[in-house]
Amino acid sequence: MNMRINKQTGEWLEREKQINFTYEGKKFTAYEGDTITSALWASGEKVLGRSFKYHRPRGVLSLANHDINVMLTDGVDTNIRGDVITVKEGMSLTAVNTLGGVKKDNLRYIGKLLSPFLVVGFYYKAFFRPRFMFPFWENIIRHGAGLGKVNFNYPRIPKPKLNEHYDVLVVGAGPSGLAAALAASLDKQLKILIVDENKQAGGSLGYDRAGSVTPQSQLEELLSEVNITPNITLRTDAYAGAYYTDHLIPIIEFSGITKVRTKTLIIATGVFEQPPVFRNNDLPGVMNGSAAQRMIYRYGIKPFNDGVVFTANDYGYRVALDLIHAGTNVKAVVDLRKTPVSSILTRELANHDIRIYSGHCVYEALATSDDMAVKGVVICPFDEETNQADSEQSFTIECDGVAMSAGWASAAALLYQSGMKVKYDYTIEQFIPDSLPNGIFAAGKVNGVYDFDQRIADGARAAAEAMRYMGMDNAPVITVQAHSNVSPSHSFPVVPHPKGKNFVDFDEDIQAKDFINAAKEGFDNIELMKRFTTVGMGPSQGKHSNMNAIRILARIRELPVEKIGSTTSRPFFHPTPIGHLGGRNFHPVRQSSIQSWHADAGAVFVDVGAWSRPAYYQKPGVDLAEIIQQESMAVHNAVGIIDGSSLGKIEVCGPDAAQFLEKFFTGKFADQKVGEIRYALSIDESAVVADDGIVSRVKDELFYITIGTSNAAMVYREMQRWLQMWQLDVGLINVTGSYGIINVVGPKAVHVVSSLTQDPLVSKLTAGKVGETIISEVPVRIMCVTFVSNIGYEIHVPADSMLAVWEKLIKAGTAYDIRPFGTDTQRLLRLEMGHYLPAYDTDGLTIPYELGCESELAMDKPFFVGQRSLKILAKKTLKKRLVPFVLADNFSGQMPEDCNLVIENGEIKGRVTSISYSSKVDRVIGFAYVDPNKVEAGSQFEIRTDNGSMVKATVVNTPFFNSKKEF
Amino acid sequence: MKLLKCPINGTRPISEFVYGGTYRDMPDHEIVTDSEWASYVHYRDNAPGLKKEWWYHGPSGTWFIAERNTLTDEVKDTYLFNKLVEQESVK
Repeated sequence: MNMRINKQTGEWLEREKQINFTYEGKKFTAYEGDTITSALWASGEKVLGRSFKYHRPRGVLSLANHDINVMLTDGVDTNIRGDVITVKEGMSLTAVNTLGGVKKDNLRYIGKLLSPFLVVGFYYKAFFRPRFMFPFWENIIRHGAGLGKVNFNYPRIPKPKLNEHYDVLVVGAGPSGLAAALAASLDKQLKILIVDENKQAGGSLGYDRAGSVTPQSQLEELLSEVNITPNITLRTDAYAGAYYTDHLIPIIEFSGITKVRTKTLIIATGVFEQPPVFRNNDLPGVMNGSAAQRMIYRYGIKPFNDGVVFTANDYGYRVALDLIHAGTNVKAVVDLRKTPVSSILTRELANHDIRIYSGHCVYEALATSDDMAVKGVVICPFDEETNQADSEQSFTIECDGVAMSAGWASAAALLYQSGMKVKYDYTIEQFIPDSLPNGIFAAGKVNGVYDFDQRIADGARAAAEAMRYMGMDNAPVITVQAHSNVSPSHSFPVVPHPKGKNFVDFDEDIQAKDFINAAKEGFDNIELMKRFTTVGMGPSQGKHSNMNAIRILARIRELPVEKIGSTTSRPFFHPTPIGHLGGRNFHPVRQSSIQSWHADAGAVFVDVGAWSRPAYYQKPGVDLAEIIQQESMAVHNAVGIIDGSSLGKIEVCGPDAAQFLEKFFTGKFADQKVGEIRYALSIDESAVVADDGIVSRVKDELFYITIGTSNAAMVYREMQRWLQMWQLDVGLINVTGSYGIINVVGPKAVHVVSSLTQDPLVSKLTAGKVGETIISEVPVRIMCVTFVSNIGYEIHVPADSMLAVWEKLIKAGTAYDIRPFGTDTQRLLRLEMGHYLPAYDTDGLTIPYELGCESELAMDKPFFVGQRSLKILAKKTLKKRLVPFVLADNFSGQMPEDCNLVIENGEIKGRVTSISYSSKVDRVIGFAYVDPNKVEAGSQFEIRTDNGSMVKATVVNTPFFNSKKEF
Repeated sequence: MKLLKCPINGTRPISEFVYGGTYRDMPDHEIVTDSEWASYVHYRDNAPGLKKEWWYHGPSGTWFIAERNTLTDEVKDTYLFNKLVEQESVK
């Protein structure tokens, strides 16, 4: 049946453009601008979806962008919101969550037959025992209850994030929001943005007309003023999704998210209409009064042919007049209140011969034989004092639709998220802001202001306050009159019915009795009740149910409503596609200046801290373990080369440079000679090992430090902090990116390096020394470091010249079969040398005494970071010590791994920190923490492996390969 | 996302900053008892309220002090360390 009526002024349709689409296999036509819901309703289609739990047929409830029962799929997208998304040519839609189609949904028997058993908390109680059966039940429940199915072949559609900045962000383009923007715009310097989730601005002014033309002309006047104001941007079809700290608001549109940072925020989001609770209030055809009004004026649809208005405020009378305007035969207005107050509206209705039943309720809506529509309502007297319906005196009126007006709840999600404190205003029976955080203002109905003129004034007041907050002291002082009419909301619009099915939450199919049962079970706090009943936990987050839930709980607990409080709905305000939130795969890594050389040489890269480093170089047909042994043997027998550019590099210069290092590290540097390098250990104030490195004294007042790759940023940061506190005459420069490091190691390294330069410095350079020279026209620092081999040169090259030097070294090394190696081999080599690695062999509690590195602690210095704590720790008994160990010759069996425990007499004594097979030593070697009395070489301990077997290990001296004869 | 004002670079998004812990005045290590030192190193007054905190602006390498109310998460003031030293010396 066609429900479309004549063109309405201000309607959102373009009637000259027709659109064809299908729904559940049936063809429909619509106009450009129709939502899926409006297009179907205009064609007489009433069953638009099935409910979440009982699979009851559902139609339109609010038509306010949160009708969660109408969700559809086109095969690609799922959970398409029927009341929000406009129809497009060729769409092929089906309702989600049905078995056999929306009309013949076989799961409807859940609601018909099983619902007496599906009491609140049923799932929690019924399916958790026996536990092994839970996956079986879970599978069935998940198929029955739920929303759409995810399409795993969904195309990747990038949605870039935009950033914008404003002085004033107004959320909601109703009269108050528009008035606020206009008032603020008088200061031409201010940049103002208004956003509204609807396709067109205006809010309730666009549809709450009471059959009059005045509201629409008021709206047009406001909008034309906004449109000619250059410093106001009005963006519709864009909703403020959330409030984040310091006024960051994501504005969500079809194309993606704009992150708006605003100096001030004016929330003029209005109110959500709350349905009264009565039996079968969910039948298709029963809808909120404002839903009927939106249908009429936005989409030019007559909501129903014969209608009954069930009201508990004056808005129902306005709705009745709008229905009459649309051509609906209004058969009765049923008012829960004894005495309707507004005489003008009652008189107007009387002019239309509409019967008003005061002090009556709709006791229940009656379903057609197929359960899919309304065929009438049962009306009976109602006593507001006792909340009793007198069903003995009931009578029936036939109709195909019911419009409900019982009251409103603030659309205050963003205000709650921002930290608003609320109070309950009894003159309007609504929660309103009591105090708001700095820079946030509320205006209009969300602020408890209902009268049209006062809403305009309230918008201007909020704007003036925002301007004062921004320092404009001359902003006007505007007073808004307190609400003087009858309350727009009823205090308890709940009609009891012994047979139930009087729904409070339509998302989750929660009935009035579910609250009573939940309270009986002890879930009588609003937060507990929310979780037990799941009220407000559906996709609309309680937009239509929260206030009724609070009122019911207040009555159960015999408390005033404000004592119950409200739950905070979380971001996002409306369901937001996950694709909007996903970011780019943006994971920056630092690379050496010769990264492409490594790649060409077959390097397999690994992330080390912020860097991507070669782990090893692939050889065809050789497995990883073998490659590492080969690379390490190349170093032991001839020469290897590794790119160490990722090491942190810091220059410390100035007259106090040595003094600074003495305070920062544990060792001594004042007596370090120019041309010398020293080991440096850094500990924190509690004496926990932070990192270690090498300090080169390049000049008298210039030290050059290299520190571990992953801790470099942290060490540099701490240096900067201590320098501020000590106020020394020192300059710190992080030169990590400026230099590349080439490490040439092994017995033939000296031949390779010295072949590149005539400078005798290089051939004479001995362990522990550093010098500066020129290699093929490149100035370099070169130092002898024995970290991975007894003979090794670290060549520090300006990063942009690194490739030339590296290639020369490779060329010079060809004669000695020089082999590049990566971090995997480096770890093995340093282990063979017997060097521990901070963060690898230490953890967040390791102190130097546990490493046995007392010789690095210059306790005779007047001060260094951590020294005072060391003095305390020195007096305490050590609990564990790090020792080098080997496993038995030809060990076979379950291989111990990092973090396997060292166990003695059933007690944990320590753990393995590094372990590997070494070809050079021909043993499995490693580091482990053991009991401090097992430190001597030859001591034995046991490691428990992953399969529980105990493996004997023997403590040895380092380097491992020197002490080979000892075992 | 929060904003924070670096005394050198102005107001920047919080992602550019590193928290450095509550500022603590180091006692004279030569005269304090072991337990006094241990409480300096390990004890943190976690009671909510106005705290002096170390913050670090990463891109510019600037350490500074932020006076932040940890109850309301409001930053009252930010300044370089030497201003703190001046304040302390006035006292």
